[in-house]
Amino acid sequence: MRLKIPTSFRIVRLPCTGKLDVIHVLRAFEKGADGVFCVGCLEGDCHFNEGNFRARKRIEQAAQILDKVGVGGDRVRMYNLSSGEGPLFAQYATQMVETIKALGPSPVRLMMEKSQAA
Amino acid sequence: MIIAEKKPIEEIIEEVKPYDRILVLGCNECVTVCEAGGKKEVEVLASALRMYFIAHGQVRTIDERTLERQCDHEYLEEIRDIVDNYDAIVSLACGVGVQFAAEKYQTMPLLPGVNTVCLGANEDRGLWTERCQACGSCVLARTGGICPVSRCAKRVMNGPCGGATNGKCELGPDTDCAWQLIIDRLKALGRLDDYEVVAPIKDWSTDRAGGPRTVTREDVKI
Amino acid sequence: MSECRTQSRLEKVMRAGHLGVTSECGPPRGSNPEEIREKGQLIKDHVDAVNVTDNQTAMTRMSSLAACVHLKLEGVEPVLQMVTRDRNRVALQSDILGAASFDISNMLCLSGDHQSFGDCAQGQNVHDLDSMQLLQTVRYMRDEGKFLGGDDIKRPPKMFVGAAANPFADPFEIRVPRLAKKIACGAEFIQTQCIYNLDKFKEWIKRARDRGLTEQVFIMAGMTPMKSVGMAKYMKNKVPGMDVPDEIIQRLAGVEKKKQAQEGINICVEHIQALKEVDGVSGFHVMAIEWEEKVPEIVERSGLYPRPEV
Repeated sequence: MRLKIPTSFRIVRLPCTGKLDVIHVLRAFEKGADGVFCVGCLEGDCHFNEGNFRARKRIEQAAQILDKVGVGGDRVRMYNLSSGEGPLFAQYATQMVETIKALGPSPVRLMMEKSQAA
Repeated sequence: MIIAEKKPIEEIIEEVKPYDRILVLGCNECVTVCEAGGKKEVEVLASALRMYFIAHGQVRTIDERTLERQCDHEYLEEIRDIVDNYDAIVSLACGVGVQFAAEKYQTMPLLPGVNTVCLGANEDRGLWTERCQACGSCVLARTGGICPVSRCAKRVMNGPCGGATNGKCELGPDTDCAWQLIIDRLKALGRLDDYEVVAPIKDWSTDRAGGPRTVTREDVKI
Repeated sequence: MSECRTQSRLEKVMRAGHLGVTSECGPPRGSNPEEIREKGQLIKDHVDAVNVTDNQTAMTRMSSLAACVHLKLEGVEPVLQMVTRDRNRVALQSDILGAASFDISNMLCLSGDHQSFGDCAQGQNVHDLDSMQLLQTVRYMRDEGKFLGGDDIKRPPKMFVGAAANPFADPFEIRVPRLAKKIACGAEFIQTQCIYNLDKFKEWIKRARDRGLTEQVFIMAGMTPMKSVGMAKYMKNKVPGMDVPDEIIQRLAGVEKKKQAQEGINICVEHIQALKEVDGVSGFHVMAIEWEEKVPEIVERSGLYPRPEV
């Protein structure tokens, strides 16, 4: 569609968002991600029936853990759209990046970069 | 099986703060089934702890390992060669496993990562409910297979008490009245007359009251 | 029915064929015995015995035993209520002997409300025995003169022992078998939960009669006067095991607020008078908690005053 989306994120493709587990989200942050977003099918339309419901629950769990350890649960979010909604994806992508820019870099990344510099 | 539930992460963080090198040790049996202390939960806890300390500018080593069980000598022995690499172990096993590990590694601080809750059944995905309190003298034959000790809040042997309403315990609508269940079951079994048989005073000496319990089988000892 | 086995006035009255009358009071949430004495004095001539509750709704109060002693020393006959929630079998037997040492001769055996309702929700509960097994224990101590452990008791307790029954609790079908069980365990009198639904109560007592149970135990109908339509609604909706028919609510609602209390007493008196005629009813247990001053009026207007000489 040649829509403009920000270049500051990496896309990881899964067969279904139901494949996402809490640990995958946490590992991303451990490795220095500033935010993790999960984009799945519209609720009720999951190709594999409930995968996107499971993903939502896991995103919520990850958010709670991230809050508790001081990284911030706002850095993870679940979006639902249908695979045909290209413009909406672009819009969400922009929104995602803006949210994270406002939150600033993840404390884990900051600290890791500091200790590497030292 | 034994049902446990994850301790709040804040509590675990406080427990491990004094130590530099920590091993998060999981168990592949009961706590895996109730999603509290298996390999997955070990990974998540270890990751969370690492991020906590990094985000707070502190250095820690947090490693992960899951054993088949922590209530058996041979499985606990598997970590003997790595134990000296750590200052503390957070065990996600039930209370039995934490203690057995502590007995085996006497100079190693053993910290519990879960709260052991009860003996129960896997009723549904995400739902585990108590069924047994290990009273040591099972009366299930008399009560149609429903336990008045573990399922009645007052463990009355000749129930129901006066507080039951609509088949629910006086504690609240989320708790079934065990004696309603027993009566329904006796009816289904065609044994409602048994209801009037007076249950004798219980011998609680086989329960916790009698002291820590032991089972020995002389015939299988070598 | 038969010979008296204790010094209990309540037993004497009912065995002589009269309707027994009891009432109830709660010990104070403190150590001042004056409150108990005052309540006792208010009603002493209008009842045969006064129940003293045992940490009711699990709110910590002066012990029932101590309050019973105060009443006994004032010349008021107490009924020691004992719940199994707070004491093991050692303490239960011990308190029974303590009561017997003051010649307290009536006891009511109960399970007790769960401690989560009270002021110590984090506490343990005991339930070493249940209420039926406590009945058996009291009878055993009295009739065999022995402790549960088998040793002889010096000067065994002589208690007239009773239990509670709730004709309105669930499930209805085992209410009479449960009554039969309590009698089999040794209950000599029964005090019911407060009655507002006369028809349901009459059905329950009829079934008890049909089984011959009313010949084996003295059934005392529980009566509590409503203070207001608010109280009636609360009891209907919020109190488990309570059956309050809509007619009662409507009758109270139909009267202006300051006259509702009197109407509640009127209803209570009418009910007592109706139940006096029911075969199997051996007495009335008038529970007017924190409203003990109304007991004399209720007893007098129901034709139950003066209390008989025995």
